[in-house]
Amino acid sequence: MIGKPESLRDAYGEELTRIGDADRDVVVLDADLSSSTKTSIFGKKFPERFFNMGISEQSMVATAAGLALSGKKVYASTFAVFLMRAYEQLRQSVCYNNVNAKFVVTHSGITVGEDGATHQIVEDVGIMSGLPNMSVIVPVDAPETRSVIRHLHDSTSTPFYVRLTREKFPVLNDADYEFKVGKSVTYRDGSDMSIIASGSMVSFSLEAAEQLKGKGIDARVINMSSIKPMDRDAVLKAARETGRIVTAEEHSIYNGLGSRVAEITSETYPVGVSRIGMRDTFGKSGRSWDLFDYFHMGVSDIVRISEEAFRKESSYENIS
Amino acid sequence: MDSSRLSDAKIREKAKQIRLKSIEMVYTAKSGHPGGSLSIADVLATLYFREMKIDPANPVDPDRDMLVMSKGHASPALYATLSLRGYFPETLLPGFRKLPSKLEGHVHYGVPGVEASTGSLGQGLGIAVGMALASKLDGRKNRIYAIIGDGEIQEGSIWESFMAGSKYRLDNLTVFLDKNGVQLDGFTDDIMPMPMIPERVRSFGWNVVEIDGHSIPEISSSISKARECKDKPTLIYAKTVKGKGVSYMENNPKYHGNAPETEELYNQAIKELSTQ
Repeated sequence: MIGKPESLRDAYGEELTRIGDADRDVVVLDADLSSSTKTSIFGKKFPERFFNMGISEQSMVATAAGLALSGKKVYASTFAVFLMRAYEQLRQSVCYNNVNAKFVVTHSGITVGEDGATHQIVEDVGIMSGLPNMSVIVPVDAPETRSVIRHLHDSTSTPFYVRLTREKFPVLNDADYEFKVGKSVTYRDGSDMSIIASGSMVSFSLEAAEQLKGKGIDARVINMSSIKPMDRDAVLKAARETGRIVTAEEHSIYNGLGSRVAEITSETYPVGVSRIGMRDTFGKSGRSWDLFDYFHMGVSDIVRISEEAFRKESSYENIS
Repeated sequence: MDSSRLSDAKIREKAKQIRLKSIEMVYTAKSGHPGGSLSIADVLATLYFREMKIDPANPVDPDRDMLVMSKGHASPALYATLSLRGYFPETLLPGFRKLPSKLEGHVHYGVPGVEASTGSLGQGLGIAVGMALASKLDGRKNRIYAIIGDGEIQEGSIWESFMAGSKYRLDNLTVFLDKNGVQLDGFTDDIMPMPMIPERVRSFGWNVVEIDGHSIPEISSSISKARECKDKPTLIYAKTVKGKGVSYMENNPKYHGNAPETEELYNQAIKELSTQ
């Protein structure tokens, strides 16, 4: 089930080039990070439709809006943390005008690793989810990244925020997997409890579920890559059928996947929801995969918190 | 010369109507931005009634000229211009800033003739750069216009877009800078002194033309110069008077964002504008 790691950003750059080959209206912008975000793959093939705006994110986002208002299908990339500088351009020029522009960012979360806290953004999903008209997608692996880019190009004309990473992630999907906005995928069925996860935390959750099985706990694992809109039906089904939910995300427990799952359940079918993620803190320099243990988000943490959740005696302290 | 070309006197009459409508809208709404609407009325009248290739009956023609009002608080002047030009009935103007009108307090995409929502300063120039790039990619001959404020250029994003306009040699892009010298809190020279604006923009690789922003012939000739300039975008540095045409509003920061407070002041404004 858990395959070899593959790069999500390579998958993005390659898929972008494929859709750009078939559709002359596809244009791409970057802010001096194209060799890292992999939009350079597109830029080399279609230099006339590739705009390197320099280290000027505000200009990049406003220009993206202008290109889209003139009918172009726009993809703009930089590191997740730097796109946030242009929040207000995203709010007014992109979302209020409701244009066909996709912001595909890389180097999100703590898997940025050694570059440290300044570059490890863990609040972006919340910031972007708050914007009217903006949808937010966190692909889990390279095949899903390719499918997301294809699907957004073929079937959508509104703004999207697609959150990719620096690190390679294990492949969990088949090459012919088809992503749909607002739909989740259940990778492992289970009846005792559900782990709803996104991004890097999905493969960790699958490992945790295997360990939980050894402890007699049958855990469902759901990949919730579509954060906004979210698959309400899958969340409520998990609540009704398993009674207990753990969420796991490489993001703050505020305003991300965990918050949204808790909102959906508490409004309709209240069950206990335990959130795993960054607990109102900045990141830290270190090897990517070591940081998950450092911030209590590793496989052993998922196992421990899931056990507590299952026994309905959560001791996982709240910090609000 | 095009026989349908309006005379300077007729353009001046349109500018007068734009000013009158702007004051009516702001007074009816009891809020809004009269000062920067009055300062830009002559530029808007010249663009929409003489220079821009547009067809109000087909506002989405891909070959149309496009204008982004980056200083989106000048919505009264732009809405008045668009309605006078025939994009929508003048009877809709009194809905400005009120439910359920589309005439939002700041320029709103969705109002016929409006090309982009604006209001937060420093963004419209970037949008215009994107439109100019799209035009070039498609090989269209249309012209892209933007209007920015002299307070607005305190936003760093404006200078990012100046860089981009120059890098991509956007000679299809013409930007008017409404140099009226006043912003919300006071005079631009006090809030954030920025001498030598033409030199600064020229040093960013732009063609810069300096004009009296209330002279119809100068506005028209500056647009011609912009059309003739190759490989560079043009900034038209238009020296204007904030609140132009209403004596108590002229050069008065109070009327950047305040409606006439009394019926007496409103009547005075209408009287002064009507007799010009």
